[in-house]
Amino acid sequence: MSSRRSRSRQSGSSGISDDQIIDLVSKLQQLLPEIRNRRSDKVSAAKVLQETCSYIRSLHREVDDLSERLSELLANSDSDQAAVIRNLLMQ
Amino acid sequence: MSSSLISPNPIPTSSPATAGGGDRSREAKTRRRKKKAQAQAQAQSKGRSQSSKWKSHAQQQIFSSSLLQALAQSRRGAGGGGGGGGGGGGGGRAVREAADRALAASAKGRSRWSRAILAGRIRISKFRKRKRPAAAVAAAAAGRSRKPRVSVSRLRGKGMPAVQRKVRVLGRLVPGCRKEPLPVILEEATDYIEALEMQVRAMSELARLLSGVASTGAGTSSDSPAAPPPSQ
Repeated sequence: MSSRRSRSRQSGSSGISDDQIIDLVSKLQQLLPEIRNRRSDKVSAAKVLQETCSYIRSLHREVDDLSERLSELLANSDSDQAAVIRNLLMQ
Repeated sequence: MSSSLISPNPIPTSSPATAGGGDRSREAKTRRRKKKAQAQAQAQSKGRSQSSKWKSHAQQQIFSSSLLQALAQSRRGAGGGGGGGGGGGGGGRAVREAADRALAASAKGRSRWSRAILAGRIRISKFRKRKRPAAAVAAAAAGRSRKPRVSVSRLRGKGMPAVQRKVRVLGRLVPGCRKEPLPVILEEATDYIEALEMQVRAMSELARLLSGVASTGAGTSSDSPAAPPPSQ
């Protein structure tokens, strides 16, 4: 944890250039489905961050729903079937 | 780039005791700098291949198999005690945690959020005693704690406060990045989004397979009243 603090102090003073940040933001932008479909290069960083937050939240929700479904399916079916699927996947 | 952020750089910025072997130390310095440049280039290319590693099918299979193993273990353990009582709510959270753990494990510890997820499980089980363990574990382990414990941002110079606020929110969403500086959060978010997409893909495939198997199974009633109709 102390190493993390020293690292943040380092980047706060210097080290991270604006270009690097712009590069990271554009990489993030490529992943977002919304902005990718709109195909505009003039997306502000704030918009990218907002889309990222909402996208992560929606992904979390999807994982929650899927895990609910999986738990119900697993509770109903037998453990042998899970083993069968596991063998199928391993191949 | 990520490797230089994570691992401490052994750059001899101030070498006090090299008065004697000056030439040798200079050679060592240049050699180390060249190696560092090479490592950076390699890390960059690795970064590019890392972003596609979450899309590979092998990665998905690794995740699915580890998830299935964890689920089978947890069900065998909780089968005797829990039974079918906590089918919807409790069971779903256990699956979500197993999925997160499998996801973090398949990251091989190369990203901060995966290490935070894996570390958080052990810490939570040790320290959080009896204060609603299920809710605490789910909230903290998922990194989405809504408690107002965000440290005041002391980073200056990186733009408007609106951007800063959004970066803080993003840092809270990604597990383990609540106090990291901006570029770290952006990088972790990139990796985390791809990993989440892989998780969604793998779990939906699993659900499809299981629902298919269950329907052709020995007449098990898979139509509980709370189950959503399979949309595929």
